Amino acid sequence: MEKFTQHTGVGVPLRRSNVDTDQIIPAVYLKRVTRTGFEDALFAAWRGDPEFLLNQDAYKNGSVLVAGPDFGTGSSREHAVWALKDYGFRVVISARFADIFRGNSGKQGLLAAQVAQEDIELIWKILETRPGTEVTVDLESRTVTCDDVVVPFQVDDYTRWRLLEGLDDIGLTLQHADEISAFEETREPWRPRTLPAKHLPPAEIKAARPVPVTIGRPD
Amino acid sequence: MAGTLAEKVWDAHVVRRGTEGAPDLLYIDLHLVHEVTSPQAFEGLRLAGRQVRRPDLTLATEDHNTPTLDIDRPIADTTSRTQIETLRRNAAEFGVRIHSLGDADQGIVHQVGPQLGLTQPGLTVVCGDSHTSTHGAFGALAFGIGTSEVEHVLATQTLPLAPFKTMAITVNGQLPPGATSKDIILAIIAKIGTGGGQGYVLEYRGEAIRSLSMEARMTICNMSIEAGARAGMIAPDETTFEYLKGRPHAPEGADWDAAVEYWRTLRTDDDATFDEEVVLEAADLEPFVTWGTNPGQGLPLSAAVPVPEEIADANERVAAERAIEYMGLTPGQPLRDIKVDTVFIGSCTNGRIEDLRSVAKVVQGKHKADDVRVLVVPASARVRLQAEAEGLDKIFLDFGAEWRNAGCSMCLGMNPDQLAPGERSASTSNRNFEGRQGKGGRTHLVSPLVAAATAIRGTLSSISDLGEDPRAFDGSPLTDLQSV
Repeated sequence: MEKFTQHTGVGVPLRRSNVDTDQIIPAVYLKRVTRTGFEDALFAAWRGDPEFLLNQDAYKNGSVLVAGPDFGTGSSREHAVWALKDYGFRVVISARFADIFRGNSGKQGLLAAQVAQEDIELIWKILETRPGTEVTVDLESRTVTCDDVVVPFQVDDYTRWRLLEGLDDIGLTLQHADEISAFEETREPWRPRTLPAKHLPPAEIKAARPVPVTIGRPD
Repeated sequence: MAGTLAEKVWDAHVVRRGTEGAPDLLYIDLHLVHEVTSPQAFEGLRLAGRQVRRPDLTLATEDHNTPTLDIDRPIADTTSRTQIETLRRNAAEFGVRIHSLGDADQGIVHQVGPQLGLTQPGLTVVCGDSHTSTHGAFGALAFGIGTSEVEHVLATQTLPLAPFKTMAITVNGQLPPGATSKDIILAIIAKIGTGGGQGYVLEYRGEAIRSLSMEARMTICNMSIEAGARAGMIAPDETTFEYLKGRPHAPEGADWDAAVEYWRTLRTDDDATFDEEVVLEAADLEPFVTWGTNPGQGLPLSAAVPVPEEIADANERVAAERAIEYMGLTPGQPLRDIKVDTVFIGSCTNGRIEDLRSVAKVVQGKHKADDVRVLVVPASARVRLQAEAEGLDKIFLDFGAEWRNAGCSMCLGMNPDQLAPGERSASTSNRNFEGRQGKGGRTHLVSPLVAAATAIRGTLSSISDLGEDPRAFDGSPLTDLQSV
């Protein structure tokens, strides 16, 4: 993972609460089997609106998203983080993040910076009054600077350390492989295993067929 | 030391305690995998030259993308087909058990785990799907994870996790007739909000919860994530043991006795404390429906669409205005007047045999409203077989409903089962987000009983609107047959 110490980029004031992961990336875009190339899927439903922030020249190169509370609720799809990163976002600022989204961000080097709602209101005002204003997010000092406004943000110590060092979780865990093996020795024998597989008696599953379309139905 | 249920399960899985702010490393007993959130994780393993550490604790199913019609033919959508073929290839390459489309054990991952007896009390269960909280109904600590974490569990069978806070949600008394476990959880989410559970593991307790069947408990735990919680749990009891006994992967003989002895210890100690407590009276509950675009925007069916001007909180007011506009509703409009185009009965929330039975009892001998499409999608192929063995398929077909193969289907519309723009559904699923069931689609979350009554009348309705006694429509079999 790339190290993150400080980032400066155009702030995008997304005045919406409860931006769920279906809004960040609709399910139809989740069928891809790659980890990159999701930039077109970000906020896909809203991107069709010419007035949407990312369709405005001042904001379209934004890299710091400043959103309302409860950002990233709903589905666990990490594609939401990939889409934000692929578009060019490095930081999302919100007063409250959904747990899974925050966890996914930390794994991918996208900083989820938690800022008090009253401070977000101040930043929104600046970004809306002077579109294109840059925001600086400093992970060392845990501060967000936007024009003359300097506010603190929260991020847990462990995520901060991993981001600053650019560390990969699996590598860190595998340093403790011996302890994992030792733990496995203590597991009770009755704990379930998927293999060898046990089943109910085999049965044939018949395919359902389409029924004639009823009145007024779209195809 | 006294502990809550969640703390006990957590403590039994700590491989390594975190120091200086680092998270604990937890062992994962069961890892469920599906096609959407796993391809990039397997690719990561391949690139790093890593193996799946414990294929014998891993199970894959195909559910999100799978069509519910013509499953014996090639999948028409090529990207869906590629994703499913990728899962099959990865399962073969890494030695992971998979239940593919057409297999009798295929189905939504959160139904397949329980029905095989793999989901058991006291386990840690993860899956790259937020509705993994479903398995908490057995007293397991079960939560959804992202794809990086899927890769982490595949490689190490562990996860580094920061401790959760605990919240007790006590539901006292007994549900009135016509109200179901779906109404309990919708009422809880409306009460604490979509962010109310953030950082918490919820434990559902109280007489109303204890009286629920396993399937009804799964409905509640399933939607814990809609309150923002990482997990939801219910302490195991005789109902749990009864459900598990005799299932393919349930312990047998002396192992069963040892397991049950341990499972009985999995309850919150009387002197343990929760970080937060919420209390509801079951008697106050009635059929609940959502009117907005997040699961917290719900009200009793007898209420009306909110009037934004009357909402004090500015953020909530704006959210309500936006939701009402998206949903094409009028402030103050009675919820009962809302006309739907589609009724969807299915999903990991309400696609189980008891759900199908209660719907079948309501619609038996009736015909659906003329201009309503009714989709019935069992949660798993076994649920479909069971329903057919009980004759429920004929009841649905006579009613004018479509009887489909198993999968996630219209819950999230990754397969062809979608709403058209502007279409409105009453759905027994779990999310009413904008565009969730198809771009521009409008979703009202409801219980199976409300879905059934709505399919008959064409407008959001409860059993009492049919002039019938709701007590007749529980999840018990219409005929005596073995369970799934």
